[in-house]
Amino acid sequence: MTMNLFRFSSPQTFYPLAGRLVPVFAVLAALSCIFGLYLGFFVAPSDAVQGEVYRIIFIHVPAAWMSMFIYVVMAFWSAIGLGLGTRLSFYMTRALAPTGALFCFIALWTGALWGRPTWGTYWVWDARLTSQLLLQFLYFGFIALTSAIEDPRRADKAGAIITLVGVINVPVIYFSVKWWNTLHQGASVSLTKAPSMATTMLLGMLVMAFATWFYSLAMSLYRVRGIILERERHTDWARQLISKGEPK
Amino acid sequence: MKLILGMLHRDLLIAWRSRGDLLVALCFFVVVASLFPFGIGADAARLHMIGAGVIWVAALLASLLALPRLFAQDFESGVLEQLLLSPEPPVLWVVAKILAHWLGTGLPVVVITPLLGLMYQLEPGAIGILTATLALGTPALSLLGAIGAALTLGLRGGGSLLALLVLPLCVPILIFGAGAVDAWASGLTVQGHLALLGGLSLGCLALAPLACVAALRLACE
Repeated sequence: MTMNLFRFSSPQTFYPLAGRLVPVFAVLAALSCIFGLYLGFFVAPSDAVQGEVYRIIFIHVPAAWMSMFIYVVMAFWSAIGLGLGTRLSFYMTRALAPTGALFCFIALWTGALWGRPTWGTYWVWDARLTSQLLLQFLYFGFIALTSAIEDPRRADKAGAIITLVGVINVPVIYFSVKWWNTLHQGASVSLTKAPSMATTMLLGMLVMAFATWFYSLAMSLYRVRGIILERERHTDWARQLISKGEPK
Repeated sequence: MKLILGMLHRDLLIAWRSRGDLLVALCFFVVVASLFPFGIGADAARLHMIGAGVIWVAALLASLLALPRLFAQDFESGVLEQLLLSPEPPVLWVVAKILAHWLGTGLPVVVITPLLGLMYQLEPGAIGILTATLALGTPALSLLGAIGAALTLGLRGGGSLLALLVLPLCVPILIFGAGAVDAWASGLTVQGHLALLGGLSLGCLALAPLACVAALRLACE
């Protein structure tokens, strides 16, 4: 028996599947978030160099990872969407963008809060900070562009094009910023952590990383259900769902 | 080739006949660059330090200012649609249009840069390098900007959206452009910077027209 996964590339079949998955991922996200934060704030030892301040990495690092990863996933769906013309891929791209922007913002914000006691300043023009800031602009650009275009199909494809242009640029931006930074400031503050990391610290961070994964999955699937209903409202099955008041 | 030349000739002619627009972009460049001393003081050493960066940022903003016009007229008059329907490969005439746009807006900026360099107390050598980086880098700005112009074609509030889309992508060009002058000032070789700038421009030349064509097709659908 072969299970045809491509069956779920149709919005109609994907909609109920997403509906079943959302609560699963939401619960997993909540559980791993609680467990991860417990590990991070109560179990993990204080850092020898940074004391208690370092504990922000349990939020900061997973958020930063996720913000970059989501952009890559968006680029993946954009490429699939442009290449195969599948509507659902564009819906996924647009459902992911706000979550990516949110994590990007969290990473920047917590980074600033951590930088103040550690480096004595909220902001340095470090390569990572700067490229994270530019990534935030790329997210904003994507959201602004797709919401400014009224024709939804053009908005989908325009968003996909700008995402792909952006993803080609991200490595160029990262390396140029890195080089610019070394040119300007020489040996500046480095983000590298203390050489050895206690196992519980690493574990807490990994659990929190899972929490961000599950949260992103739950949120984007939840959002994509809304997008599917909105965009497929002319079809019979969607109209039936809407008239039943089912979109839960 | 004939297609490229024909399109180039047409676009340059149009640009020449509305040369007031081009002058506005150029004046904008000069005005922005001359505003900085009012903001930060006329101290010669400080101006010398920030000169290259300021001129580069001004060039970036000036290139942005002219971008919405790149495809707008042809879009409104329906020429763009006819061009897309024609059997010629669209990448060719898109490149020609971008080239014409650069000749109209990028090249004047490059030509006038030495004067601004003098205002910022740059040495002749630094001015030479600054001009060279602008000559190498502004084509990339036009190419990247063309993607944004094509994507925002016919949208309300297109201009500010264009800025949000294009400016982050231009950061590497800005870095290497202004960085070359800094490197020269601290006695390093600038070949690497110039090579990277040229490489970025060539990379944009290879990829940006494709994205542009895709975006133009969308706009004309």
